[in-house]
Amino acid sequence: MAESTSIRKLITGRAIVVPGDDIDTDRIIPARYLRLITFEELGKYAFFDERFDDNGKPRKHPLNDPRFTGGSIMLVNRNFGCGSSREHAPQSLMRMGIQAFVGESFAEIFSGNCTALGLPAARVSHEDAVRLQSFVEADPALVITVDLESLTVSAGGRKVSFTMPDSDRKSLVSGTWDTTAMLLANRDAIKAAAARIPYLGFGAASGGGRG
Amino acid sequence: MGKTLLDKVWDLHKVATLPSGQDQLFIGLHLVHEVTSPQAFQALTDRGLTVLFPQRTFATVDHIIPTDGQRRPFADELAEQMMRAIEENARRHGILFFGNTDDQGIVHIIGPELGLTQPGMTIACGDSHTSTHGALGSLAFGVGTSQIRDILASQTLSLTRPKVRRIEVTGTLRPGVHAKDLIIRIIADLGVNGGIGYAYEYGGPAVSALPMEARLTMCNMSIEGGARAGYINPDSVTFEYLKGRRFVPAGKDYEKAVQFWKGMASDPDADYADTHTLDGSSLEPMISWGINPGQAIGVSGKLPRVSEARPADQEALRKAYDHTGFTEGEPVQGLAVDVAFIGSCTNGRISDLREAARVVKGRKVSSRVKALVVPGSRAVLRQATEEGLPEIFREAGFEWRDAGCSMCLAMNPDKLTGRQVCASSSNRNFIGRQGSPHGRTLLMSPAMAAAAAIAGEVVDARHMLPAGNGRS
Repeated sequence: MAESTSIRKLITGRAIVVPGDDIDTDRIIPARYLRLITFEELGKYAFFDERFDDNGKPRKHPLNDPRFTGGSIMLVNRNFGCGSSREHAPQSLMRMGIQAFVGESFAEIFSGNCTALGLPAARVSHEDAVRLQSFVEADPALVITVDLESLTVSAGGRKVSFTMPDSDRKSLVSGTWDTTAMLLANRDAIKAAAARIPYLGFGAASGGGRG
Repeated sequence: MGKTLLDKVWDLHKVATLPSGQDQLFIGLHLVHEVTSPQAFQALTDRGLTVLFPQRTFATVDHIIPTDGQRRPFADELAEQMMRAIEENARRHGILFFGNTDDQGIVHIIGPELGLTQPGMTIACGDSHTSTHGALGSLAFGVGTSQIRDILASQTLSLTRPKVRRIEVTGTLRPGVHAKDLIIRIIADLGVNGGIGYAYEYGGPAVSALPMEARLTMCNMSIEGGARAGYINPDSVTFEYLKGRRFVPAGKDYEKAVQFWKGMASDPDADYADTHTLDGSSLEPMISWGINPGQAIGVSGKLPRVSEARPADQEALRKAYDHTGFTEGEPVQGLAVDVAFIGSCTNGRISDLREAARVVKGRKVSSRVKALVVPGSRAVLRQATEEGLPEIFREAGFEWRDAGCSMCLAMNPDKLTGRQVCASSSNRNFIGRQGSPHGRTLLMSPAMAAAAAIAGEVVDARHMLPAGNGRS
């Protein structure tokens, strides 16, 4: 199933600094923009309530900062993406051009959603996160490289190492982060598991026994 | 060394080890709602796939449904479109849909209520509060839409086994102190990111003593502490709760099921990654006052001073004061409240409404407060009606609504406006969560939210309970 287009080994681009701990998915994509049955329009609404005031006028926010326009690597801090499981959050950021995240830590469902979309979420130390952010603040044109093979983030000749769960790394570099086909390939083993799980054979008191 | 419930459930459901090193796990129960599923059904169709085990997926509508009249079509066209999508997807794929039935309600309320949720199961839903179902001794966690697609297609997920943290609560909760207070305290102690990589196993005398609905409240907010799953080992409270529910085996089959359930509990000598202990007797009612649930204090406390907080927490505290406009060092009691919301998957069950009604009975909502009660399901609404609760709330000046998620996340018309402060029995006080980018949310138990509605400000609900009768 691995296609060359889905391989994620090296992500290179300019960065966007979005500082702050515990940035939750309600802030990334307010719930009212979840009233859609596709993800297509979501790029417009990322961080909407932080980017625009009540009259729709742009507020001071990294995503409105012309210095960061066109950036594709988001530099964040601790527990980014906490809260709701809404895949709409990484979807909205991906659709506005983000290809990778570098931060101190990520909420688990969020980072799982990122991997499922082919977006690396690289974890660096607090010190390195702050340093990388300050490099980019000082020189927004700086090109950043996230290298999933050497597990390093480079920024203008300076290099820091990062971590990510090895399973995520393997999926991304081998282009197998879309797991559906891989899971379905084990169809026989799935059926075998279903046959041995006791409760799948339980009857129900009434109305529930649909097989 | 013995095994934890998580180990046992994991091993029972493991299908294969995948090339990435993750395990492929069979998902015994898949719950879907209208917000996070339509894109997954579409992906299935785009790939020419079908639902592999349609009888193991159940659907409801909760997030977008209005609570002040649920007649179709909904006034909000986008909501109507989402409702139609889930109706059509359920019909096309042979999935049982509760959205148009007497069983409609919040997905995490109706799962246990119908007996779909059972011990020893793996349960997934495209909603972070799926951790709720762990209260019955299942391994239950929220997933994103890509994973919903995977479950629909294969009834399995690619997952990494979490570590297990034992959270031991000794002592006894004092009268007027609820499961909500306990879980908020745990989140405040361990941090909103403390649980990343862990499942929380709650136990100890104070947890064993909790009735099932209180346990559901507790496990519900595991995710607010960063733990994707939280669970309580199944025991006699669990088995009694399940007996006679619609999707639970009956008669001899029930006895067989109980044997299976008992065997799934953690062994006495189970191995935990670590243990956190707290004294349940020391707790008082809690209020999450800031911009995440872990920014919380007891009702007798004062809002923290930034300079006295741990350095790692100071930035988030500053951000909290920027947003709330509250004053460092001021007592939390006396904070003025504009709205009171009683409901949600955290606290929208019948016992929650009873607790709130005990405070409300014979009193009036403050003239400055808009107060609403939103039952978590139509079954809760029916039970409450049978017990005369709607009259108690209405006479006091509360609005009594239909079932749904409502003002917990404001995807339907129930929203804060401007800088309103809401005393809320829900689970998140994130900026903008309740529908106004400037709104402020104080998380607390239903009894505390009811008391705040009456007083027009944060008060200690224990002083408003009938004498000598504060125990839940």
